[in-house]
This record gives sequence, structure tokens and C-alpha cells, in this order.
Amino acid sequence: MTWRPRLAEGTAPALLFLLLLLIGLAIVGPAYSEPAGYLALLKRAAPLMILAIGQYLVIVSGGFDLSVGALVTAGVVIAARLIDGNNSATAWVIPLVLGFGLLVGLVNGLITTKLLVPSFIVTLGMLLVLDGATFLWTGGAPRGALSEGFRMFGRGSADVPVLGAVPWSVLILLAILVAAVLFMRGGTGRALVAVGDNEATVRLAGGQVDRLRLLAFTLSGLLAAVAAILLGGFAGVSAQVGNGLEFRAITAVVLGGVLLGGGRGSVVAAAAGALSLEALFTLLNLLGVSGALKSAVQGVIIIVAVAYASLGGGVRQRLRLWPKPRDSVRSAQPASS
Amino acid sequence: MTTGTTTSVRLTGISKSFLGVPVLRGVDLQLRGGEVHAVMGENGAGKSTLLKVLAGVHRPDSGRIEVDGGEVSFAGPSDAQRAGIAIIHQEFTLLPHRSVAENVYLGREPVRRMQVDQRRMEADTRELLDWLGEDGIDPTVPVSSLSVAQRQVVEIVKALSTDARVLGMDEPTAALADHEVELLYDLVRRLRERGIAILYVSHRMREVFDLSDRITVLKDGQLVTCAPTSELTSEDLVRHMVGRDLGEYYPDRAAPDDLGPVRLALRGAGNARVRDLNLEVRAGEIVGLAGLQGSGRSAVARAVFGVEPFTRGAMEVDGAAHRVTRPRTAVRLGIALVTEDRKGDGLALRQSVRDNALLVRRAALRGARSRAKSDVSALLDKVTVVARGEHQEVRFLSGGNQQKVVLAKWLAVEPMVLLVDEPTRGIDVGAKRAVHELLRDLAKRGVAVLMISSELPELIGMSDRILVMHDGALAGELPAGASEGAVMALATGHGIGDVA
Repeated sequence: MTWRPRLAEGTAPALLFLLLLLIGLAIVGPAYSEPAGYLALLKRAAPLMILAIGQYLVIVSGGFDLSVGALVTAGVVIAARLIDGNNSATAWVIPLVLGFGLLVGLVNGLITTKLLVPSFIVTLGMLLVLDGATFLWTGGAPRGALSEGFRMFGRGSADVPVLGAVPWSVLILLAILVAAVLFMRGGTGRALVAVGDNEATVRLAGGQVDRLRLLAFTLSGLLAAVAAILLGGFAGVSAQVGNGLEFRAITAVVLGGVLLGGGRGSVVAAAAGALSLEALFTLLNLLGVSGALKSAVQGVIIIVAVAYASLGGGVRQRLRLWPKPRDSVRSAQPASS
Repeated sequence: MTTGTTTSVRLTGISKSFLGVPVLRGVDLQLRGGEVHAVMGENGAGKSTLLKVLAGVHRPDSGRIEVDGGEVSFAGPSDAQRAGIAIIHQEFTLLPHRSVAENVYLGREPVRRMQVDQRRMEADTRELLDWLGEDGIDPTVPVSSLSVAQRQVVEIVKALSTDARVLGMDEPTAALADHEVELLYDLVRRLRERGIAILYVSHRMREVFDLSDRITVLKDGQLVTCAPTSELTSEDLVRHMVGRDLGEYYPDRAAPDDLGPVRLALRGAGNARVRDLNLEVRAGEIVGLAGLQGSGRSAVARAVFGVEPFTRGAMEVDGAAHRVTRPRTAVRLGIALVTEDRKGDGLALRQSVRDNALLVRRAALRGARSRAKSDVSALLDKVTVVARGEHQEVRFLSGGNQQKVVLAKWLAVEPMVLLVDEPTRGIDVGAKRAVHELLRDLAKRGVAVLMISSELPELIGMSDRILVMHDGALAGELPAGASEGAVMALATGHGIGDVA
């Protein structure tokens, strides 16, 4: 048998779309004729890709996390206020921000699984609570400043042997992506996808459905905190830094061919979806399309991607009528005894 | 609709391929008013495609469809409906919270003064119900208050209300309890008397012999035979369907020295649905659990497995008392449950064969992780799953292969007590046999098997002993090879005194 890359359904179009965009960039933008341009793109896209990975975990298990944008804002604002320009505070503020994200995710997950409130509502509520709390705390204008040490992760580079200077954010992204791929290949990751497909089946298989869901929300919160650290460093302190990121992350995941409602899709494709989205915005920018169209473009993408997925479902329905495959890898004979 | 003219539908040389794969090859079929024509065949033989061609869902690539002698061509289901052809699907399409009449006239409500004419709708529905002889159903009650069999009647009335004179029924008894099946038989006979032509697709041999006037057998999309029912025997049919002799035989039963220690024991166990259960299942034996739908047979399995736990009495696994209050505990004690609803809670349909086979192992066991590549293929070989590969999604498999994946999922954790609920429901003859052999093989290896089945021949053919339930309690025990009559007597509540 010839080797064929095994891709989850919906992954191939997502990767193809990304490839087309990257080629488009190379044609339109002179900066993209060399690797440095793409590295800059990757650096810009890293926070969204990390958010998309977190969002993927929640969506594939059958939920939504709308709180991540507000969580990013809260993370940046809290960090700025606590650090207040004092570099030595960085060392304890970073774990604190990560812990805060973890906690918010945990609360989202606990309310969803124990109180049986749909995650769409729980995280929408969390979005409003975080937004309100951030506004109350800052009075509308964030105070304080981030330290150099904190901002290094979002805008600095590390010297990597052979490759030279690689942005910290890209290294962090790669580490998270590799961890996510390994996680999704493992038993827990596969069980998480199965929960999104059929919860009852997993429960009757002896699985702990609530714990798996809780894990997804907690990781989403944690990854949102990581994204906050990168974005704070990259873009600086503002009360708008996380605005709309939850929807952008969902768009990215859907663009990656992940099924809304759960049960199908790959984490790599979700991350590729985020990179595609960033590449698309860059391309439109280079083509002179107004930045104001950003959200309209995003809206169209999310509708088209979901429509494509359901259309694909129709095609698959028809394929289902195929007779039982005879050219099988296994013998069709009943067990001999 | 109540006119006495006999309708006839004739399909000639129907062929249909999907993406180059032929599913039907030159099939002929004739339906006459007042005749029940059964279509049989293994899964994938082309039965449902044929039904869909008749219903206008699929357009045949070649062949003629004639209704009452005139050639027709259906662009869609509504064309077929206009020609008087309606299909009753396995899954019902009724809205549970609407009334019977509202369901019957859904989308075609009679209007009076710009409002739905509720009274006329109900009167017309009542008239149809009376015509069918089903006056026990009130057109004004919500469908959710009806039994499954009554819902089926409503589906049929709905079809008749569109002036259907040809009814296609796809596995109509699959969703029915035993006593409801008789009601359906009566209904089908009444439809026949009233001049309706019926295409009856079924797996169940007995049903087909009881009801049909004529039988068509399909195999691999081709017509094997079409003959009056009176000229066929069940052996003929099986041979035609599978292309080999495959009678109603079952694997050999356990010999006395095959039996090992008691693996599962219930001592006065009960909950809201079952009571006073005392039973033992030994290593090496298959114990059949019979009973009518609602008698509590599935509730026993669900209670043992911790889905709806026992609240009274004791349960012992391998001689030690355990309280099992959730499936996870049961799985870790070595108990497995193959549920009756394969698609609903047995499989994660969008996941691969491999992921489903490993689900229990990954979900319930700690540290077992995914280190088992070779194991999985050995496992799938053992249960003889036919798939394009381990990575094919299970929803694309036939019912029989899906059921084998469910079994593989449990074999992966080597259970000691196996509870199987309707292990061969809706699967073809070949797969059925494979499942039977697998169950016996597991018993031989020391697994205690408790098998629930509403198919009496299967239950009697497979079991080393039969426990019969009635109304939430055990009504008695019968030895291997007991007669169907003896089982039914206990199940219906007769003869409890004689046996217990």
C-alpha cells in the first residue's frame, strides 16, 4: 500500500487554502520573497494561533469558549497594573496571569459540567463579567506599564543555533503546537473528540465526560493567558487588546475544518486556520482593502466555512449509500471455528 | 383513496450506481394492489436503494418505472407521492408535541378563513383511522402520548392521507416490541384487504413468511429470485440471500465441565424498575434473559452496569460484594455492556474504527494509553470487521460491522462479565452468525455472558439457560432448548406458578 498522509476530514482544504494565501502573499508583497517576511507573519499570528488551539479543544469536545477575548484583555491589564514598569515583578506576575487564565477556564468548565448551563451561555456571561470587572478596575484607561522582561516574549527574539534570531512568540507557539498534537494523539485527546461526537458512548465506556470537558475549558483559559502575555508584549497595554478575539479564534477553528458541535477536526488544521486568517488580513492590507472590512471578511468566512462543512455532510450522506466495501484489508469470512 | 381499483407499479431493469459502484443491476419488481411483496437480502444487497428509487429519492441510471401501465419518471419524492407512492421509514418523522391530526396534515393543513381548519383536519384523520380499523387512536392527542406501534399507525395514516396506494415499509418491526408486532401484522393485512400494494423490506424471516404473498431476494444488487411465498422455504431464502447454506444453526452449547465459578451474582437486588432479582451467571455459560419490552430485561443490564444502579439487595462480582453506581466502576470490575442502541450510545459514529475500538481502554483505564497498534488490528481481525481500514469512520460501516466494532471495544479490555442487549438487532445473516460464534467463543474462554434478546429463536439457540422476566421480576428459569411457547408463557405472566 502506498503511504498517504492521514488527515482528519476537512483538514486538506484548510491547508490548501493556507498554501494559496501564502503564495498570494509572495506574489503581492515584496517582503514575502524571503523567510523573514513569513517569520514576521508567524510572529503576528502566534497569539491568535494559540487562542485557536485552546478554542479547538473546547469546540471539538462539543462546546464554545466566548470568554477568551475578555480574558486576554484582563490578563494584559492586570499584568500592567501589577508590574507597573518594575522589571523585578515580572517573575511572579507571569505565573499569576497564567494562574488567572487557568482559574477562569476552570470556572467556565465547572459551571458548564456541574450546573449543566450550556457553555455558550456560561462563557458569554464570563465575557461580560470580565469586561465589566476590567472596566471597573481600570476606570476605562488601563494604568501601569509592562516591564521589558514581560514584553520580551511578545516582541523579542531568541538566538537559536543554526536558524539565528527566532521570535520568542514563534518558539512558544511551536512548543504549544507540538504539545497539543501529542495530546490529541494520545488516549485522552481521542476520548475528548469522542465526547464531542457522542457523550453517552464515552460515559458508557467508563469515561469521565465531565472531567474531559473541564480539562478542555481549563486549557483554553490557560492558553488565553499565554496569548495575553504575547499580545501585551507585541501590542502594548490597552483596554481593547482582546476585543473580538473570541470570534476570531472561532472563525479560525471553523476555517480549519473543525466541526462546530464537536467530534471532528484536527488541532493542526485549527492552528492553520488562524494563520490563514492572519495571512488573509495581511494580503487584503497589501491589496489596499480597507482594514475596516476586517470583521465583514471574518463574518463571510465563518458563514462560508460552516456552509461548506454542511454541504460536505450532504455529499458524505450520498457516499454512505455505497455498498459495503469488498476491497477490504480484512477478510470478510466469518470466524472459522 | 378508498376506490377499489387495483394499482400496479412495475419496475423493469432498474440499475443504479453511486460514483461508479453499481448498487442495483437490472432489477425487476412488480407491486400489485392487495399484495404484500417482501424484499429480502443482506445488508448492502440494494434493498434500501430499491426502496429509494421507488420513492423518487434516487433516479435510476437506467430502467423503467410504470404506474398503472404508464411510464413515469420521478424528479423527487413529491413526484412519487403524487403518483400514490409513500414510504414508511425506520425512523419516524413525527413531531412529538403536535397532535395526531396535525402530524397527519403537516404542511398540508386545510385552511378555512385564513386559519387552520382544526375540526376538518381532525374529522378527516378520524375517518382515515376508522377506515384502517384503528379507532383506538384519538386524533387530538399529542403524538408523544402514543406507543411506538401507534406512532407507526399515524405514519401510515399520514401516507394514506396523501392518497398513497403503494406503501413501502422499511424494517417496520425493528422498533416494535413483541406484542406490538402482532398489531402491525393485523394492520398490514388490513391494508392489503383494502387494496393497498405493500413493499415490505425486512431481515426477519418469520415476519416475511407470516405476511407476504411474494418474496424477492436481492444479492449484490441483483435479483436472485422472485417467487410466491408459498413456494419457498426458509432454507431456500437463506441460501438465496447468502449464496450458501447458512441455516438457523447456532454454535454448540457449553458442556458441563466448561462451567467455572460464579462471576456475577445478584441477591435480592432491585431498583425502581426491577425487584427481587436473584441470579447467578457462571464463567463459561451464556444465560439468556427473555421478557417482553418493558419487562425490565434491559433495566437489569443497566443496573448491573451502574447506569441506573440497584438501590436494594446485593451484587457480587467474582464472589466479592460490590456497589456499582456508575459505568466506570463496572468497567473496572471487568463488566462490559453492549447496549441495544448501537448508534445512540454504542459508538462514536464520526470517529474511526480504531478510535472506537480503543475507546473503553482509553476512557476507563489509567495508563493504558494508546500503546497498542498491533493489538488493535489483531482485535479487529478477531471480530472479523470489514472496513477499508482502521481509519475509516464507523458511520460508513454496515450495521453488522458496526456491531463487531462495539464488541471489539469491549474485548480490548478483556471483560469477565459481558452483558449484551439485542446483540444482532438489524444486522444481516452473515454478521449475525459471526456475532453468535464470537459470544460462544468468549464464553469458552471463561467469560460469563448474559444475553438479552427479543428474537426467541436466537435466545433459545444460544442460551445455556434462559431466565424470563415479567413485570420487573424474574418469572422463572428454563433449560437450554426450551420451546418458544414456554418462554412466552412465562413472559406474558402465565404459568408463573407452574415453574417457580
